[in-house]
Amino acid sequence: MNIFVLLKRTFDTEEKIVISNGSIVEDGAEFIINPYDEYAVEEAIQIRDSQGGEVTVVSVGGEEAEKQLRTALAMGADKAVLINIEDDIENGDQFTTSKILAEFLQGKEADLILAGNVAIDGGSGQVGPRVADLLDIPYITTITNITVDGTSVKIVRDVEGDSETIEAALPLLVTAQQGLNEPRYPSLPGIMKAKKKPLEELELDDLDLDEDDVEAKTKTIEIFLPPKKEAGKVLEGELDVQVKELVSLLHSEAKVI
Amino acid sequence: MNASVKETQFHEELRQSVRAVCSKYPDAYWRELDANLTYPEEFVNEITSSGFLAALIPEEYGGSGLGITEASIILEEINRSGGNAGACHAQMYTMGTLLRHGSPEQKEKYLPKIAEGSLRLQAFGVTEPNTGSDTTKLRTFAERRGNKYIVNGQKVFISRAEHSDLMVLLVRTTPLEQVKKKSEGLSVLLVDLQAAIGNGLTVKPIRTMMNHASTELFIEDLEVPAENLIGEEGKGFKYILDGMNAERILIAAECIGDGRWFIERASNYAKDRVVFGRPIGQNQGVQFPIARAHINIEAADLMRFKAASLFDAGEKCGAEANMAKLLAADSSWEAANAAVQTHGGYGFAEEYDVERKFKETRLYQVAPISTNLILSFVAEHVLGLPRSY
Repeated sequence: MNIFVLLKRTFDTEEKIVISNGSIVEDGAEFIINPYDEYAVEEAIQIRDSQGGEVTVVSVGGEEAEKQLRTALAMGADKAVLINIEDDIENGDQFTTSKILAEFLQGKEADLILAGNVAIDGGSGQVGPRVADLLDIPYITTITNITVDGTSVKIVRDVEGDSETIEAALPLLVTAQQGLNEPRYPSLPGIMKAKKKPLEELELDDLDLDEDDVEAKTKTIEIFLPPKKEAGKVLEGELDVQVKELVSLLHSEAKVI
Repeated sequence: MNASVKETQFHEELRQSVRAVCSKYPDAYWRELDANLTYPEEFVNEITSSGFLAALIPEEYGGSGLGITEASIILEEINRSGGNAGACHAQMYTMGTLLRHGSPEQKEKYLPKIAEGSLRLQAFGVTEPNTGSDTTKLRTFAERRGNKYIVNGQKVFISRAEHSDLMVLLVRTTPLEQVKKKSEGLSVLLVDLQAAIGNGLTVKPIRTMMNHASTELFIEDLEVPAENLIGEEGKGFKYILDGMNAERILIAAECIGDGRWFIERASNYAKDRVVFGRPIGQNQGVQFPIARAHINIEAADLMRFKAASLFDAGEKCGAEANMAKLLAADSSWEAANAAVQTHGGYGFAEEYDVERKFKETRLYQVAPISTNLILSFVAEHVLGLPRSY
């Protein structure tokens, strides 16, 4: 099976976001594989191990994403491709990324493409479905289980806490939800082997794309942090008085009822 | 990308991967083991099966063929995470005696299994009740009878003997009176512990102030096949000595990991704990000891990497390895004291883990070589002063 994984380098979940001059400060921050993409990498490796074939991880980003791709190789992926847009694109969006990925995947005859359900930074959840649409293949999002049998695929997906079981056929794109698996960490032999695995670097030119072809469709107006959490209010007195006060506060102050 | 940038990246990757394993074993895991005096079986299994303890074993035997620099980074990170590499570090380097001096058949038989972790070789029987640093006086004797050795004697402070399948045992094969030099006539035997226990070998745990799985060994007419002799008979002392520098460097790295853990805990606590209306860390009396310990750890780290790169380049590194061990053990102990002092009463409370790490790092002033012997070594071999012992 020819399996591709779409992977994004994101802030570590432990990092505190700092905004300076309208943009997020990246200096000194730790970066990781987007956790949902990590599920995708793990699942791809498991499917490859049971079905045979090859796993290629692809990332659109800057030079620094090489580190996350190396980690995916150390986990067990076979090949990595970094589409380096550092010099070409200043402000990309979900359209930009999906267009580039789709262009890259065109003609690669992917049987299965796995991506994260959402990236923990931008949080749009758009790239996976957009890529599938551009490639004209079906997609299933937020999967928590996948069984491949020949060209037919059985999937359980998370639907706001319920599960839905779906049958589909390859080629297919799926996006991973938490619960799909427990991603492995790279073993020492894994890290050593990864050193010898191919990591190809491409630029827009190599995909016959111009900056105009992938120009963002959205514009960021402002970036700001959520308001600081204020101290809570503790009601006191007899229980029925408290209940009345709560109802009145919800109505007049919070304006939710 | 130049080679040194690549190496730095690789070391960073190595650190992150060890941290990923260790993050599954938080403070509470180690605390519970400490309270129950139990061995970190799950942790050791996982760090072994993920290949980290096979770092020094050549690739042809299933390891990763890395240097002491990388091995030291792995052990440092285990201690840096709050864990205790002392539970398993010997699986990494005890095989060195076998690797350097074993026959091709012995290496083929044991090393691949040690690499995958199905065989544990992490017990090293040298010290005896009446023989500490004066190793050549050891009395455990192996008499050759046909195709086997009959061993009699006693060993003490043998770590992990209950959690190991094999043990490297240093014995006398020629009595001290019959050798020209006292370092001659000692030999190294590889003992199959599973087969030996109950058949001439009795292992008795020694309760110590920290959870270190130390034991005492009573050896009475223990039969060891002659094919388990490592290298040549009578040259065992030399074989043991040439593994010492590796051990010094690795232990130094563990101390540095401990030290960084103490500094982090102490700094965090000093920032958060408010007394008299301000964080205690605002007081120079609190922050200076932490800062000084940090400085000493950084300095020890430089010596550790210097020793490690000399070792990996195949150069002489006895002085550097010993100095790194002394500096690192001293600075981790200094950091441990600073951490306890900063935490006040909480430094003694088990749930803060400082007292546990405090006990663990104290060991390295004494073992595997005492600080005094390092000073004697440097005085004699580096400065040319008269031998003091």
